[in-house]
Amino acid sequence: MDADEMNNNQSGAAAGDVLLEMRDVHIEGFSDEQWHPIIKGVDITLKRGEIMGLIGESGAGKSTLGLAAMGFARPGCRITKGTIRFDNQELTELPKKNKRELWGTRIAYVAQSAAASFNPAHRLIDQTVEAANRSQIRPVAESRSDAIDLFKALQLPSPDTIGSRYPHQVSGGQLQRVMTAMAMSPRPDLIIFDEPTTALDVTTQVEVLASMRKIVEEFHTAAIYITHDLAVVAQMADFIKVLRYGDEVEEAPTRSMLSAPQQEYTKSLWSVRDFEKPEEQGDDVVLSLDGIDAAYGKTKVLHDINISLTRGKTVAVVGESGSGKSTAARVITGLLPPGKGQVVFNGEALPRELKGRSKEQLQRIQMIYQMADTAMNPRQTVGQIIGRPLDFYLGLTGAAQEKRVLELLKMIELDESFIDRLPSELSGGQKQRICIARALAAEPEIIICDEVTSALDQIVQEGILKLLLSLQKEFGISYLFITHDIATVKAISDEIVVMFQGKVVEQGLKSEILNPPYPEYTKLLLSSVPEMDPDWLTNLLSERA
Amino acid sequence: MNTQYENYSAAAEVGAVRKRRSRLERIWIDLKKAPLSAWFGMIVVFAYMVVALFAPLIAPYGEAEVFPEANAAWSSQFIFGTDQIGRDMLSRLIYGARNTMGIALMTTLLSFLIGGSLGLIAAISRGWLDQLLSRSVDVLMAIPSLIFALMLLSIFGSTVTNLVIIIALLDSTRVFRLTRSVAVNVVVMDYVEAAKLRGEGLGWIMRKELLPNIMPPLVAEFGLRFSFVFLTIAALSFLGVGIQPPTADWGSMVRDNANLIQFAGIDFRIGLTPLLPAAAIALLTVAVNFVVDWFLHKTSGIRDEH
Repeated sequence: MDADEMNNNQSGAAAGDVLLEMRDVHIEGFSDEQWHPIIKGVDITLKRGEIMGLIGESGAGKSTLGLAAMGFARPGCRITKGTIRFDNQELTELPKKNKRELWGTRIAYVAQSAAASFNPAHRLIDQTVEAANRSQIRPVAESRSDAIDLFKALQLPSPDTIGSRYPHQVSGGQLQRVMTAMAMSPRPDLIIFDEPTTALDVTTQVEVLASMRKIVEEFHTAAIYITHDLAVVAQMADFIKVLRYGDEVEEAPTRSMLSAPQQEYTKSLWSVRDFEKPEEQGDDVVLSLDGIDAAYGKTKVLHDINISLTRGKTVAVVGESGSGKSTAARVITGLLPPGKGQVVFNGEALPRELKGRSKEQLQRIQMIYQMADTAMNPRQTVGQIIGRPLDFYLGLTGAAQEKRVLELLKMIELDESFIDRLPSELSGGQKQRICIARALAAEPEIIICDEVTSALDQIVQEGILKLLLSLQKEFGISYLFITHDIATVKAISDEIVVMFQGKVVEQGLKSEILNPPYPEYTKLLLSSVPEMDPDWLTNLLSERA
Repeated sequence: MNTQYENYSAAAEVGAVRKRRSRLERIWIDLKKAPLSAWFGMIVVFAYMVVALFAPLIAPYGEAEVFPEANAAWSSQFIFGTDQIGRDMLSRLIYGARNTMGIALMTTLLSFLIGGSLGLIAAISRGWLDQLLSRSVDVLMAIPSLIFALMLLSIFGSTVTNLVIIIALLDSTRVFRLTRSVAVNVVVMDYVEAAKLRGEGLGWIMRKELLPNIMPPLVAEFGLRFSFVFLTIAALSFLGVGIQPPTADWGSMVRDNANLIQFAGIDFRIGLTPLLPAAAIALLTVAVNFVVDWFLHKTSGIRDEH
């Protein structure tokens, strides 16, 4: 089917017309018995066929603004001021019934977590064509074949049959693309992408980005692309708006924004990931995995893994999701007893299971999790969270415990006012710092960091990484740093282990791994990391083709 | 804004800092927003509790004090008349609140103790222990509980202790189910794993990591279970195997005075007499449900549209 033919419902609307115009939009949210401003007067002008990138740290109001472009405010939020004109209709004054006619058909929304947005009980194709059928864009009989065309355009595997699967039967990246197809099916004028690739790993992200960009260009759809990843937005957007504290910092076309950002805040976003730890080779092996095989039930996940970690150094374990990185961590901590091989710590083999390990052994290996939110009991205060390992391992109670907690808080650059806060009263970065303090409280020799920065904004990430490095210098702790982010690896590691499908592809010093010659998988992984170059994706695709 | 980055400090990051309020203030804010039905429920429950606690002070006559005139009509001496052997109905209604509610409360507490702790253990340990407990509970739940209770009570005899233990055991199956199902969602959280990795024992994980996080549904269930236990006891008493005379109890009062209803044609108020304890049961059950409904809505996190 021809792209022009598919694009026929906007006949008469020429490219370049203003599609969406938001003026001086104010939005407030209700919490703690009060209305607080979330968006403080933002303007957006979006023409047909244009893609706007909306970036900012979490809490900046990106998603709220994205939803406001649909004339929608989440429960507990309200649009207090300003105008939102979509195709010459004033959305703030439109009755809900009329807005519902626009939603899903002329304005579509692609959410961050596709897995949470599909109904698990219906087949993909039925959900894909639902909006188009509801508003009778085209005969019901044709919408299925149209959906299959969209699946093809989005480069989904076996497009003819994938629609008859259920959401749990396809991968995360495929689901995100089906969701894009679902948004595209009624041929909307505007699509709002809300962090659509944040949950995907780099190798999948490239494919999803490429197919999203292709289809948006093909149908000449306008889009708002919300993300906190600059390199991603550089590939997608015609122009970029930077948002902070609900206010616009700066707006400029992508190329000029990347080459010459005007505001200090924008510059700081751009420069943030430049720092790199000089690598050092360690000699004193503190932990090693010798020929580890591990399985979940009958599914074998790790095949003959050998990893070694030296005292006071960092080994970064990289690989896409499903490569067995986190499983290796579970074997080290004893949560998953290995089928074969052993974990050697300070020269002696650790008992395979958690139950068999002594308190002393548990104390020496600590863990920090990806989601600091779920790693802390929401009903305990910071003082209780950090205090527990002090009491449990070191027998510190009362005033001595409190003194030590305050020292630890100081080490993680937080002050004593934090001691009786609850986790819900902390920002993402602060939460992760508390988790670091809890690990530190046990006075460990090894800390396993499982994607500890991947849920954080870039400035906050940098702060956490610097903190980890300074703590390492001070206490000689070794880190096993699990991540899929190459920039993080560059910043923190001495050595790198590349994993793929449960096997170690290679282990070596950072300089050896990150420079050619590469094994094939390492090359794919490294080349998939988005760069701050608007042509990166285009070049990469033509290279790989 | 320009200097924000240069002075970056972790402590200055904006978290969702809230105004600190004392527990009392928070409760007051919640109460102010409570709907009328919840207020009604709370007032009724409170009134019942006052009556139950101060029964000897409120009741005009003793619990088992027998007067010569049986089945007396409503009068200024006996406000709701007397029962079939001449005891004052009002006094027995008041003492009945104490007995029926007290026993129901004890039973519910016991069933939560049993069902709750077994549910938590099943959720944490999983594996064969979970299977064993869950399947045994399935078997118990497959037997109609009222008939099962009747059978057990006729085997062991209807003492108050037996009544409490048997109903608590039968009811704990439902508490087990609920506790287990909410706890498995919490058990998979990283902080529980972190506690396990720290080497914490089962007791700590149950009390400190799980229990505080599953309280809201359990509290709501407590209210509902209380209502059901209360109804079960009343039903058993009505059937004659529950609380035994001369202890005043609403269920047996309904049974004992049931035949008065046929005199409603002669004296309307006499006909009402057996309905009074029934109404007391109904009112409390409805009131508890109102409170539970409101509490569940409040803790479900559903936001009202503003």
